[in-house]
Amino acid sequence: MFESLLTSFDTGSVFDEFRRLENEMAQLFGHSPWPAGIRAVGRGTFPPINVGATPERIDVYLFAANLEPKSLDISIQQNLLTVSGSRSVEVNEKAQYYRRERFDGDFRRVITLPEDVDPERVEAKYRDGVLQITIQRHEAARPRQITVS
Amino acid sequence: MSATQNVTTRGPAAVEKESGESSAALENTARETEAVLIPAVDIFEDAHQITVQAEMPGVSKEGLNVQADRNSLLIEGNVTLDLPTGISAFYADLRSTRYRRSFTLSGELETAQIAASLKDGLLTVRIPKRAEFRTRKIKVEVP
Repeated sequence: MFESLLTSFDTGSVFDEFRRLENEMAQLFGHSPWPAGIRAVGRGTFPPINVGATPERIDVYLFAANLEPKSLDISIQQNLLTVSGSRSVEVNEKAQYYRRERFDGDFRRVITLPEDVDPERVEAKYRDGVLQITIQRHEAARPRQITVS
Repeated sequence: MSATQNVTTRGPAAVEKESGESSAALENTARETEAVLIPAVDIFEDAHQITVQAEMPGVSKEGLNVQADRNSLLIEGNVTLDLPTGISAFYADLRSTRYRRSFTLSGELETAQIAASLKDGLLTVRIPKRAEFRTRKIKVEVP
């Protein structure tokens, strides 16, 4: 966002921070191609999901506005994460509808995570219509620096 | 795993190179043609108003832009997520961080009185009709 305003790279830390964030956004939203998973689904499936990875943890983002968090059922078995729930869209009986594109009903999505996730350390939060599930990875699987003696 | 690592190592380098070499004008063009997400909407009309409900998960009040003039309504929003440092994509259904959709409006709508609210990623925009255009029940008088 700020690149075009700046002529050189020796910018302040604020802009570095913005650039870092933007790079990470670009990373998460995937401007590079990669193979689709076996459980990948076609466009238009509700809710859309993005999954990001760091050496320490896996973050799963489900984009589902106006959910009742209590209606959600999140379960993890080994490295298979399942999220199911339902969302009902209120219908205004007296109104005339021109478009009805919003998803209404039950949904279920299954996500294959990397094999080194720890099913015991999972957290979930719901904010601004995004359900974020954070799963820690096993320490043994993290990359380690090895010094040559 | 190797595919994921490729994404991590190649991504930032490519971005740096691009912004170092290309001119501002070129980047603006790239940004204009950048893919946007089209939010799913419900639109309905009752006697008093037209209501637009748009799904924009990930957009906070700060990232939202709703603009209206006499002829059009524009809905825009930027997705902000809580991201750990150094995250790389593992899988992505959504390939953009920006929602945008616009609609044309007609003259009987009171565009100065538009009200918008955002809750848990669901945007509700209410556009009232001008008083003289509101539907009135007409009583049939039986002699």
